[in-house]
Amino acid sequence: MSTVAVLVEAREGVVTQPTFEALTLARTLGTPVAVWIGEEPAAAEAASLGVYGAEEVRVVAVGDEARLPAKAAAALADATGDAAVVLMISNFVNKEVATRLALATGAGVVVDAAGAELVDGHVETMQTVFAATWNVRTRIATDKAIVGIRPNTTQAVPAETPGAAIVVGVAENLPEARETVVALEPVPAPEGVPLAEAPVVVSGGRGTNGDYTLVRELAELLGGAVGASRDATDEGWISHEHMVGQTGTTVTPALYVACGISGAVHHRGGMQASGTIVAVNIDPDAPIFEIADFGVVGDLGDVIPQAIARIKEVRGA
Amino acid sequence: MRILVTVKFVPDLQSQRSFTEGAVTRTGDDGTMNELDENAVEAALQLKEAAGEGEVYALTVGGDDAVAAVRKALQLGVDHAVHVSDAAVAGSDVFGTAKVIAAAVEKINDEAPLDLVITGMAALDGLTSMLPTALAAELDWAQLTLASGLTVDGSTATIVRHLPDAHETVSASLPAVVSVTDEANKPRYPNFKLIMAARSKPVTTWTLADLGIAPESVGAGAARTVVVDASPRPPKEDRTVVTDTGEGGVALADFLIERGLA
Repeated sequence: MSTVAVLVEAREGVVTQPTFEALTLARTLGTPVAVWIGEEPAAAEAASLGVYGAEEVRVVAVGDEARLPAKAAAALADATGDAAVVLMISNFVNKEVATRLALATGAGVVVDAAGAELVDGHVETMQTVFAATWNVRTRIATDKAIVGIRPNTTQAVPAETPGAAIVVGVAENLPEARETVVALEPVPAPEGVPLAEAPVVVSGGRGTNGDYTLVRELAELLGGAVGASRDATDEGWISHEHMVGQTGTTVTPALYVACGISGAVHHRGGMQASGTIVAVNIDPDAPIFEIADFGVVGDLGDVIPQAIARIKEVRGA
Repeated sequence: MRILVTVKFVPDLQSQRSFTEGAVTRTGDDGTMNELDENAVEAALQLKEAAGEGEVYALTVGGDDAVAAVRKALQLGVDHAVHVSDAAVAGSDVFGTAKVIAAAVEKINDEAPLDLVITGMAALDGLTSMLPTALAAELDWAQLTLASGLTVDGSTATIVRHLPDAHETVSASLPAVVSVTDEANKPRYPNFKLIMAARSKPVTTWTLADLGIAPESVGAGAARTVVVDASPRPPKEDRTVVTDTGEGGVALADFLIERGLA
């Protein structure tokens, strides 16, 4: 079995759910090892990686300098020399890291993958393109493969036999970078589950007229995250971090609820691969209805409170 | 200030399109310049205007129809347009494309040094966002990507980069490759005068031979990834749209409950 390295994503020292998803996928491709770039993990966090099959936790102990993609890629290259496959979570920063790593190692790379499997000794990936209207299967022709995997596309399942999760230090030997991070202003972590990882997303658009009370209430009731259309973030009704779309966050939750969102191509490209799509819009011609499994033509102010009351009623029964 | 902007011809996302033998089939009447490249053109024009002097190049790589992308850039006010067109480029992966663009950048840079290459943050057809990084690495220039703000002070460029966990301010010495987001600026519209002027501006066309690139080092044969299958996502079946006549919320809730989603 060849080595499959998974780049760990941690938030304030805690391993994120998409990392466990990636480890679950890694087990189908070979022998998983986790790569941790940053301060040494707490014992419980290293152990959690073992639960999902990591035989080793390779730690490259570097600080904020690893925020620069060139340095993160160098650290990852040092830790994954023996790996046939390197998996990471597909996000804007990791796409840059993957690109640098591919150039350093000659590997082929696919990002935004919704899955990966071995076919005749090569990694093949599945992804969607053209605003999620086409499915594409790509073969990585090189011996070494790098795959960026989207959150929520593999269900995280603990390994039948846990991995040993032996912590191994990797000497850091980072090159000089041409760029310098001159200021760093942390963004407070969102309350609840992050948008990209949420199993349910409730989004509001122009139809909210800037009032997210109902959207938030429904999101809370369904255990989901709050999203928004570009119209809404452009208006300043809600911060850019909430924007679902091609230049914001791409989401693939089990349930996506679009409230007062017309469904411009920009938005659809960021959510069309969701499991079940539900839309409420006053305009019967809104394009969002073309991709919705269930749509209600009506006023948010009538429909959403009634739906909330009904769900509470049924749950209480 | 001498700036090169890369622009990409992309299919109109609202229109029909298809794959042929693993590559996108595009026709000239349903494509345009990638929308996010308008932000790159705008950033370049603003820097030139602020400096009071300089030249802006628009560069595209692709078949005959790709010239539409640089023509659009000319309409927006760039000074020069370059179209790299060579059958051997077809099927390139991001690394092949970066190699071709880097060679064109170096050819222009040899005439007189460029300060910046500016790109959009992504192309809306594939959205991989890998090209700016690959190009910076190929050129061995600084990489300032996902800029929602860009300033140039003397020989230093500084960007603001909004990431989910932090807002970074990143600086580098010129020359640099910068990619800008749609937060960076509000692109201008072409005006009648510029549209008319653009008609008479020449587009320089280069082949791989002009750039000194061996054809076998790019294109489908050199690509590290191969599309083995592509198909339209099947339309959803069992779609239901109801009009609220007083019970729409209950219907919505019942749908979610029935599917085990609420």
